[in-house]
Amino acid sequence: MSEKHLIPAEECCTSYNIDIRFIHSLGELELIEITVQEEREFINESQLNELEKYIRLHYELDINMAGLEAISHLLKRVTGMQQQMAHLQSKLRLYERM
Amino acid sequence: MAFIDYYKVLGLDKNASDADIKKAYRKLARQYHPDLNPNDASANKTFQQVNEANEVLSDPDKRKKYDQYGEHWKDAEAYERAKQSQGQQAYGGGFGNEYQYAGNEGFSGSFNEEGFSDFFESMFGKGGGRSSTTSRKYKGHDYDAELHLSLRNAYTTHQQTLTVNGKNIRITIPAGVENGQKIRLKGYGGEGVNGGPKGDLYITFVIEEDPVFKRHGNDLYTTHDLDLYTAVLGGEVMIDTFDGKVKLKVKPGTQNGTKVRLKGKGFPVYKKEGTSGDLIVSYHVLVPVDLTEEQKELFRQLAKTTVQNK
Repeated sequence: MSEKHLIPAEECCTSYNIDIRFIHSLGELELIEITVQEEREFINESQLNELEKYIRLHYELDINMAGLEAISHLLKRVTGMQQQMAHLQSKLRLYERM
Repeated sequence: MAFIDYYKVLGLDKNASDADIKKAYRKLARQYHPDLNPNDASANKTFQQVNEANEVLSDPDKRKKYDQYGEHWKDAEAYERAKQSQGQQAYGGGFGNEYQYAGNEGFSGSFNEEGFSDFFESMFGKGGGRSSTTSRKYKGHDYDAELHLSLRNAYTTHQQTLTVNGKNIRITIPAGVENGQKIRLKGYGGEGVNGGPKGDLYITFVIEEDPVFKRHGNDLYTTHDLDLYTAVLGGEVMIDTFDGKVKLKVKPGTQNGTKVRLKGKGFPVYKKEGTSGDLIVSYHVLVPVDLTEEQKELFRQLAKTTVQNK
């Protein structure tokens, strides 16, 4: 993992105007991955979309940490089922064309 | 375009307090928020409606104007014009744009890039939403799609045109793409809300099975039928690869199931041009059937010779 993809956690807090404890809580719940290098905490650039999503849900919709964890699990299931459905639909179309 | 009953959208009556509005908005926002409804265009649209209703009803000035004119919102325009012509200050910055009645679209009418309906813009003007510090910008929802490729297609770098929501997108698929691999096309997802960025399109590649070649990582596996005589006496065979035919020498006495590795004739390594895995060929020795009596006699003689030599 190259360093240019890692964003210091405190920089995220400044940009999004959030508390570092919120990022720590997300890390503890394994909703985002926090990388520690030389005692500094970083967030991978690829996780910014997820982080922004949790910020919106927590700060705008008042969903607490337990709710975020539950939502994360359910969204994974929904996405999985949507992918499976898309796969089955394309398979069905293939059979219908035959 | 028709009147939109914002109270109805939030499930409230006209006497609703600010707290009621906030509560109703929060409840519906949690239900229809794009982050909680991936790939659901109808939820996204409902969220825009709810957001718009909250935008008007939670702002005392906008609510007052909305309540004052209500269904007679068209009169508001005339009133505002009259006020303007009298040199008075226009109310709330709305009605800055020319309005033309465009028929009865109802609430299912379109939303602009900022996520507001035509009705909203007519009443409060373009940019009638709150400033960016208070108006929430939401990224559009992400789309997921599957792209089915034959193994042969995945072998070469090629371009494909996809149609997503009526838009043609031309993408380059690098050789060596894996089954289940996902790529992200930034900005090809759903429209953002309140001027937020568009969502992304995630494409998952589904590589179909090939009847001749099996792929394990970057190596390809195939089976080649070998007649008994070539297996016993040795010779040459032509093997099919995705690159064309390759001539292979067969050693005398080759056993059934013998494997031969052809270096660099396997699958290209993803995004490592010029690097490929290996092709592993398994020989399947065919025992002759439907022999003539003469051929059988020759085999008998061969068998006797073999027994005598032991």
